[in-house]
Amino acid sequence: MGFLDRLREGLSRTKQQIVERFEQIVREADAPERRTTEINPDTVEALEELLLSADVGVPATERIVTAVRARARAGQGLRDLVKQEILSIFESVEPVPQPTARPHVVLIVGVNGTGKTTTVGKLANALKASGKDPLVCAADTFRAAAVEQLAVWAERAHVDLVRAKEGSDPASVVFDAIQVGKARGRDPILIDTAGRLHTRVNLMSELDKIRRVAARAAEGAPHEVLLVLDATVGQNGLTQAREFTSVAGVTGIVLTKLDGTAKGGVAVAIAHDLKVPIRYVGVGEGIDDLIPFSARDYVDALFQASW
Amino acid sequence: MFESFSTRIQGALQSLRGEVRLTPDHIEAALREIRLALLEADVNFKVVSAFIDRVRDRAMDQAVLKSLSPAQQVTKVVRDELLALFGDAEGGLRKDAPTPRVILLLGLQGSGKTTTSGKLGKWLTRQGRHPLMVSTDVRRPAAIEQLAVLGTKADIRVYSPETMDPVARAAGALAEAKAKGFDTVIVDTAGRLHIDDDLMNELQAIKDAVRPTDLLYVADAMTGNDAIKSAGEFNRRIGVTGVVLTKLDGDARGGAALSVVSVVGVPIAFVGSGERLEDLELFHPDRIVSRLLGMGDVLSLIEKAEQAIDQNDAEELEERLRKNQFTLDDFRNQLKTLKRMGPLESVLGMIPGLGNMKQLAENKPDEKQMGRIEAIISSMTAGERRDHTVINGSRRKRIAKGSGTTVEDVNRLLKQFTEMRRVLQMIGQGARPAAAVKGMRQPAMPQGGFAMPGKKRKKGGPWGLIKTR
Repeated sequence: MGFLDRLREGLSRTKQQIVERFEQIVREADAPERRTTEINPDTVEALEELLLSADVGVPATERIVTAVRARARAGQGLRDLVKQEILSIFESVEPVPQPTARPHVVLIVGVNGTGKTTTVGKLANALKASGKDPLVCAADTFRAAAVEQLAVWAERAHVDLVRAKEGSDPASVVFDAIQVGKARGRDPILIDTAGRLHTRVNLMSELDKIRRVAARAAEGAPHEVLLVLDATVGQNGLTQAREFTSVAGVTGIVLTKLDGTAKGGVAVAIAHDLKVPIRYVGVGEGIDDLIPFSARDYVDALFQASW
Repeated sequence: MFESFSTRIQGALQSLRGEVRLTPDHIEAALREIRLALLEADVNFKVVSAFIDRVRDRAMDQAVLKSLSPAQQVTKVVRDELLALFGDAEGGLRKDAPTPRVILLLGLQGSGKTTTSGKLGKWLTRQGRHPLMVSTDVRRPAAIEQLAVLGTKADIRVYSPETMDPVARAAGALAEAKAKGFDTVIVDTAGRLHIDDDLMNELQAIKDAVRPTDLLYVADAMTGNDAIKSAGEFNRRIGVTGVVLTKLDGDARGGAALSVVSVVGVPIAFVGSGERLEDLELFHPDRIVSRLLGMGDVLSLIEKAEQAIDQNDAEELEERLRKNQFTLDDFRNQLKTLKRMGPLESVLGMIPGLGNMKQLAENKPDEKQMGRIEAIISSMTAGERRDHTVINGSRRKRIAKGSGTTVEDVNRLLKQFTEMRRVLQMIGQGARPAAAVKGMRQPAMPQGGFAMPGKKRKKGGPWGLIKTR
């Protein structure tokens, strides 16, 4: 049997094995008579593997492993130590203060295919349900039928939509939308932008332009910039967050598609490396499937044996 | 694509290059770097460990260490093992298929299936095929419309029946293709999670109805470790014949996709490398590995050039060059041809020795500058473009005004154009270009080479006109 075949066979049950192995190692490491001894190299490696396979990334993994190693284990289980450490990574991120300006303008950004339009739809619905009267703006004038897609969501959520023709200048649509929002007393204003790879300089400067134009239409706008990240993303998510933050001033992350088997471990990496808070998570295709992020729930899910 | 990844690997291997004699310590240090690079590129932990072990075993061999060029030997080992990871198979569609061939695109939400459908249609058209596309995505709002728009843009027929039953839509398209003589049917499907039983059953039903030859799993190059799980599940339940790796024009390292190839055992068929409909390429593992290791990818470059260059135009141009009739009009056409080849950065990345993006980033050709040159030429009269010698001082002023540039810009362009003409004339007369311009290295000219005069030139030629920022 060739090297690749063996590898393939070995990996077919990887996830299962990782969790089982981790469970086993936790059991052994946490046996009462070993509680105060040093954590052995096998445990460390299993932990590294677990975290890396969840896309937590090398630097954050190193921090967690080092911390777990260093911490005196007086009576505390390994599992709790790891959870605590990840939680503390999330907790070290300062929440962004919410400006009180009205209307509140929210810009939704991200690379292609992460679920920006869907997120805007769900967010509009949630805001409407909470008694607010949002307006959505379709500023994705590039992707074929993106405006139509948002129109469907706007109808489902019973909110107004400001749209422009495909191919027109997105910044001008944003300006119009804010004017319309002010005139009709709509608040907040959610702006869906075209997906763009963070490496495309032209498209990124278009985002900068949208920001500038928004600021002209309403003071301090955009008040919030949400970066939509696909939970299946790997370490590139970190680069995305870094680039979008530097160009568009991201104030929070929306982690979508968490209903799959991906755990979005890159969120830990982002909290660790960039200190950007996670605001919402998308957990399904329904209009109600967007919920506020809870670090505690997330960490619990990360260590559920079912993944 | 894969740039930062390749920089790290190249760096690690370069550190070996200075050593006269390699010790196991040197190799260990390089391997540590490569391991980190692979992990940060989202290559699966197990795949990385196995890869590093293999390289170590082979590189630590006494024969390698004692050879005259140990660093090259180690590079070769890394190259061989990377190739093994990428899978030896060449990309593309399956060799044999009944007519009409049915291609089914499947994958998670947002991986780029609909866009890939359009690009694949365009690619097939270029191969002389007649594809028919159909969307079976009745779930995502406006998905059907998106494919219709892409069809219009790519000039490909889209079958759009009334029925909103995915299976019936796919089957209808196949019947339509048979009746109307289309030789390929591209079936776009709704994005779905591999754990969604209902939707996976629907996919199975579509598959049963149209019996596709090619089942292409569309994967986002930016995916992390979950890729193995989802691709594996699609393969287990539906069967996958190839992977289409999308969004490779970003800085994604595509390591997870690499894991998919080695773990799930499905080859990469195509890669999507840009937002234009033309931006879909066959996957060539050897070329990708060469690029990873900084050996350039001349073959892809030539293919891109061939795609962008009209053969007749090239011959006509060659004729004019011989007669020393190269005009500003021709020059502008060359610029347009270059543009058709895609973003300059991606073109440059294929040139051996230029693959290292760190240097490129500081020395980027300014595409704006290219636009300015075009504007200057476009502001000339037809007569001026035919014969640049009539352009006097007042004409220069007018041209500068018309193109929103300065007289200096116009002067610079004309001066460089004259210089270029001189060089081209010598090439046209059969002189070695190296003799024509000092210090200029001339690569082997691709077919229709005159259409891209001296791509590696530092001074003179169109590249000299493009300021680097």
